[in-house]
Amino acid sequence: MAPVLSVTGLRKRYGRINALKGVDLEVGSGELVGLLGPNGAGKSTLVKIACGLVRPSGGTVRVAGAAAGSTAARRSFGYLAELFRFPGWMTADEVLTLHQRLASSAGGAAERVELLELVALADARRLRVAAMSKGMQQRLGIAQALVGGPALLLLDEPTSALDPSGRRIVRELLEELRARGISVLLNSHLLSEVERVCDRVVIVDHGAVVAAGTPDELRHPGGVEIETAGGVRAFRDARREDVPRLVRELVAAGEEIYGVRVVTATLEDVYLELVE
Amino acid sequence: MITIVLYGLRESVRRKMFAVVVVLTMAFLALYAWGVHAAFRDTRQFLAPDQSQLDPDAVAGATVLGLAMFATLFLGAVLSVFLTLNVVRGDAEAGLLQPLVVRPVGRAQLLLARFAGAAGVAAVYVVAVYAATVALTWWAGRWTPDRIVSPALELAAAAVVVSALALAGSVFFSPIANGIGTLMFFGAGLMSGLLGEIGHAIHSSRLQHIAHIAWWAFPFDALYEDALHRLTIDTTGFAEFVLQLGPFGGSHHAGAPLLVWSAVYLVLVLLAALASFWRRDL
Repeated sequence: MAPVLSVTGLRKRYGRINALKGVDLEVGSGELVGLLGPNGAGKSTLVKIACGLVRPSGGTVRVAGAAAGSTAARRSFGYLAELFRFPGWMTADEVLTLHQRLASSAGGAAERVELLELVALADARRLRVAAMSKGMQQRLGIAQALVGGPALLLLDEPTSALDPSGRRIVRELLEELRARGISVLLNSHLLSEVERVCDRVVIVDHGAVVAAGTPDELRHPGGVEIETAGGVRAFRDARREDVPRLVRELVAAGEEIYGVRVVTATLEDVYLELVE
Repeated sequence: MITIVLYGLRESVRRKMFAVVVVLTMAFLALYAWGVHAAFRDTRQFLAPDQSQLDPDAVAGATVLGLAMFATLFLGAVLSVFLTLNVVRGDAEAGLLQPLVVRPVGRAQLLLARFAGAAGVAAVYVVAVYAATVALTWWAGRWTPDRIVSPALELAAAAVVVSALALAGSVFFSPIANGIGTLMFFGAGLMSGLLGEIGHAIHSSRLQHIAHIAWWAFPFDALYEDALHRLTIDTTGFAEFVLQLGPFGGSHHAGAPLLVWSAVYLVLVLLAALASFWRRDL
């Protein structure tokens, strides 16, 4: 099946700055892909090019088979910008109505009710944006991005302003969207969130992909730590199968063993190894 | 298209922009009613009725209505600028634009819809205020201009041109810079028209040449002066000479080429705005 988002050799220059240096990336149908990287790595630029907000210097981006920025592409995705605002005088219902009209959605009131329920804002339907907390506005932004039933959702830092319960709502929402077959490209700094919900992770640094794979593929053994009378001894290159031999050798050397721990690097460890 | 037009207008209403404009306009019209009444009364006192070459009502009416047209255009220009100054860069910096631009409606339609809304409101406003001043002038002195409709259309067209300039400026400049820049551009246009009239009065061909160039560079001024010209288009003799020395740039017949150029200028400004917006990274 053709990918919903296909990025090939994507390059972007801002004057002398090379923001993207030939990025390749794909998001398959119903796949939830996390985009990780430090500030200035080029993640938001990549998402904005996919939306048609920024023009690429080279390479191609196709959304649902159409060139990024084309009308056909714009019909296929929903987008939540990192920095966005809705007019404070609009109610949640009016925001969604406006976007329904712009997206030519025939969903009507039923779609608006469903989307507000999906982001736990059913009671805030007639609440003005100005009266909403930042977290509520962020969830309204996600509902707005879902107007018209897009095949692809491009979310740029959707949990940046959310408290823990808000993040849980978004996490559950992302799982719900995956169950519905909607593809998601999630640009986030919150590694734990990405690790928990994403099928695949792409790590970008200095405008290039430095690692990609499933969270399990990216996580690697982090060595073995053995607690002895003299303190914790770390064997960074050792694996689980090395534990009996290491213990035997330490006992033979007169050490007393109080505990053994096989260390597995988290996504955060892998990320920090790659970008620092 | 209609959705974006209404969105832009509702945003302006919510910013209380229209409330401010209505209050200022009512104040202006009240002062105008007082002033035009006094102008007719005083002019009749110092211009004797037997001076057949100089109709006191025409002098008072045309002069004061010409002044009112300057104020009307100024208020219309301010309204145009405030309705369009933040359409692109201002809204993009605030994060209001991106959710709209990524929708299938697209950039060109979005920009043109915002222009249509702003220009439409400015044009209707200018025509309404002009109509009110013509009515007040008739009420005060039973005098009406030689042409009533065409000056209104030209004033409205001038406000539309200013809207297009402010819209194009919004692609490049922050709202404050754009607002200041467009109003300075507007002021420069009117000032050059005034220079042309001074040049005409003192027979300075250089000043008149500057004014002629300015009419092509700032066609809103050419439209304004042509609108003034139509107020007394049938007036002749000494009265015509007196009226040409009117305040804020006297009247001047623009001619068909300048009127056509005004339309072409409007299209060119809009095309430049569209092309720049099309290429702009948001």
